[in-house]
Amino acid sequence: MKRSRRRDALPQGTDLPVLLPMAAHLARSAAIERAAGVPMLRLRAAHGMALLVLFAVGCGIAEAQGQPSQPSILTTILKWTPLLLRGFVFNLAISVLAMALGTVAGLFLGFAQISLLPPVKKGAWLATHFFRNAPWLVLLFYCMFLLPFQITVFGVTIPLPDWIKATFGLSLPVMANVSEILRGAVQSIPTTQWESAASLAFTRRQTMWMIILPQCIKRMLPPWMNLYAILTMATVLVSIVGVSEMMTLTRQALSAENRPGLLLAFYSYVLFWFFIYCYPIARWTVRLEARYAVNI
Amino acid sequence: MTQATTEPIVIIRDVHQSFGNVEVLKGVSLEVPKGGVICIIGPSGSGKSTLLRCINGLVPISRGSIRVANFDVHSLRTDQEKIALRKEVSMVFQQYNLFPHKTALENVMMAPVHVLKEGKDEVHTRAVALLKKVGLSAKQDAYPGELSGGQQQRVAIARSLAMRPEVMLFDEVTAALDPETVKEVLNTIQELAQEGMTCILVTHEMRFAREIADEVYFTDGGVIVESGPPAELFDRATKERTRAFLSQIL
Ligand SMILES: Nc1ncnc2c1ncn2[C@@H]1O[C@H](COP(=O)(O)OP(=O)(O)OP(=O)(O)O)[C@@H](O)[C@H]1O
Ligand SMILES: [Mg+2]
Repeated sequence: MKRSRRRDALPQGTDLPVLLPMAAHLARSAAIERAAGVPMLRLRAAHGMALLVLFAVGCGIAEAQGQPSQPSILTTILKWTPLLLRGFVFNLAISVLAMALGTVAGLFLGFAQISLLPPVKKGAWLATHFFRNAPWLVLLFYCMFLLPFQITVFGVTIPLPDWIKATFGLSLPVMANVSEILRGAVQSIPTTQWESAASLAFTRRQTMWMIILPQCIKRMLPPWMNLYAILTMATVLVSIVGVSEMMTLTRQALSAENRPGLLLAFYSYVLFWFFIYCYPIARWTVRLEARYAVNI
Repeated sequence: MTQATTEPIVIIRDVHQSFGNVEVLKGVSLEVPKGGVICIIGPSGSGKSTLLRCINGLVPISRGSIRVANFDVHSLRTDQEKIALRKEVSMVFQQYNLFPHKTALENVMMAPVHVLKEGKDEVHTRAVALLKKVGLSAKQDAYPGELSGGQQQRVAIARSLAMRPEVMLFDEVTAALDPETVKEVLNTIQELAQEGMTCILVTHEMRFAREIADEVYFTDGGVIVESGPPAELFDRATKERTRAFLSQIL
């Protein structure tokens, strides 16, 4: 059993035994990226080190350019840190909310994609591919300009501040990617599972909920977490449409300081915060991926 | 050899079946008496698996008729009708197809609990007994990935039996197994046959077919070339094609 499973996992077409482990690994990650539709974020500790070096270089440049009378670069950064972190928390809030909205909508869309009704299936396919392939920034602008600044439901007026609109905008590509992750996972379950369930007289619905989906969750988790990490980094896009998240605040801090030398130091500092948040997620994703690759 | 009553439980008449415009079955007829055991042999691609899939309604037929127990399989249209049929006819596959996220015991219990809606306790008792019968009491809490091929196949047989079917279909159930584990699976099937279960087996195990079958059918190119009791078919085949196939495989 073990032997045949490993053989199945191997891509065809290489006879060189030394290439086999690598080829299998590459094929697996390519398959995962295809299913996820977005590149896997393979953050490593080395990336964090590189950021630290960049930050140190940035500080060096700033010190060299600064006058002796000005406060040291670290003091300046520490002074702004509470404000920047408030912005960062806002980024995270947007990411969590957009992920939640996008996941719920994406699951519906994904189920529609595997529906047996051709119009539902076609429509869902179209929506999925439209939102998955549209640039995130374009979707963001659409939402900013097309959504009203307030909506009135049953006489109650609900304001829609910019950041809510931006969150909707980010949840659209998340929805499409989740839809595709679900479809991909369902289709990756061998048809023999459907067949043996059918021969045991399970209905399609029972087969889906009791046999197929439980096997899908494991396959969906790594690409879903990866999508979240990518979304988190994409939240800085909302600074372009005027939401005061970390990026916007950094720009404001820089113009308040009015020291061009601070640029590199500040932006690598911002990047470092994102790294600190996304790195554990990326590591955990890789761990899950490896574990499920063995167990499935 | 089993003692079969004469009343047929499976009647297949002139069945045709095509995938696209490739005709896979070109007029197959056969009958299986209640409690009877038949074996279908033949070269790869001759339509053996397709015939079994037709019998439990996994694949629709384009012409002819199939009657199993009280069901006219060829005229079943809705899923509900097909599900009713599949409670009576259970199939075991070459690749076991166990549900990998469930333990052996859960695999056996799932269909009776959720499809037949029987009480959990009662099903549990029966599932434990079935696993004991196939010699896997010690493995009831193991997941399929932790079992050998032969063990998985025996769980699959127990899982089918838990539905208390009238007819069991076996599609090359030993083809993916190591020679040593083939025997444990064949013994399980033999026991079933002796207990009076109606069995239709597709197999490449000629010695086993000779021992167990009441009737052997040799298929090639979507038709039954020749059939007869094993002693006759294996030793005194009349058709050249049959003799050629048997001489290759024996
Ligand atoms: N889903 C399908 N779509 C199209 N063609 C199919 C399909 N399933 C089977 N066939 C074709 O039907 C023919 C018979 O297949 P089948 O699996 O019934 O043969 P078999 O006798 O069981 O062979 P084997 O001994 O290799 O299992 C083959 O030529 C196969 O290519
Ligand atoms: Mg076959």
